[in-house]
Amino acid sequence: MRRIVTILLLIIVALGISLSLAKIPFGTPKTKVGKYYIDEGIEETGAVNIVTSVVVNYRGFDTLGEVTVLFIAAIGLGVVLTASGGRETRKTKPASLVLYTGCRLLFPLILVFGSYIFIHGHLTPGGGFQGGAIIASGFLLIYLGCRERRINRIASNLAESLGGLTFVVIGLLGLVFGGYFLLNFLPKGTANTLFSAGIIPIIYIAIGFKVGSELAGIIDNLIEES
Amino acid sequence: MIFIVSFLVVLMLVGAIAASFFRDLIGAVIAAALVSLIASILFYFLQAPDVAMAEAAIGAALTAAIFIIAIRRTERFEE
Repeated sequence: MRRIVTILLLIIVALGISLSLAKIPFGTPKTKVGKYYIDEGIEETGAVNIVTSVVVNYRGFDTLGEVTVLFIAAIGLGVVLTASGGRETRKTKPASLVLYTGCRLLFPLILVFGSYIFIHGHLTPGGGFQGGAIIASGFLLIYLGCRERRINRIASNLAESLGGLTFVVIGLLGLVFGGYFLLNFLPKGTANTLFSAGIIPIIYIAIGFKVGSELAGIIDNLIEES
Repeated sequence: MIFIVSFLVVLMLVGAIAASFFRDLIGAVIAAALVSLIASILFYFLQAPDVAMAEAAIGAALTAAIFIIAIRRTERFEE
């Protein structure tokens, strides 16, 4: 009986979703704001990657909220796991030589790649969130391959705090110089060069540090405390 | 092009169904990571490389790792 009701409900939900999706005219632009970003974005913000110009410039305040959500999630996880028990002390089998050497060899390359992604966020696809996630996956590799190596908690907390602080301070400087939060007050430079787009690369580097250290901290908490 | 995308979508469906049917939870996590990986390839085909990168790094790598850490502390096989 329950199964039949579930299947019926699922059929109703599927019908509703497919009917409402069929009404959407895919491929035809409905809003004008998207076209505006594509046409004027490079001119206005100096960032060649339009996704970045939307994320950090036009919708920069939303990004601050997004970073805050991630920060609260990481803090909450740390609190819950630290309260639930002490550090893990059981013995672990050391990784084989091939795995150990491979991890140590790959780790700096992954770090460089992640940094490249967030430093060039305004030029090529990617940015602070993607670069931070790549850096955190590098730390995950170290945790799996070389178990005796740990991240320095103080350094990671420092990077996290400095990243968040840089974001907010740059936003407030915009308030001081031009009158609104997160104003792009630095010179925009020539588009498609590394030093262009004003505050966008600075904010994305700050986000990269923040996201990378937060996700690495989550992995550290999960492996160590659980 | 359409054939590659259809093949990937079918593979994604197989991965999703496998993830819900596997009794071995590690296998289920790998199948779920496969879904994320194919989703990131599809995002790339849809000209959204930014989303593709985030999906590959977070969906395929970090989420799977967090699930595996959780499984390590609980039971590997479902009853």
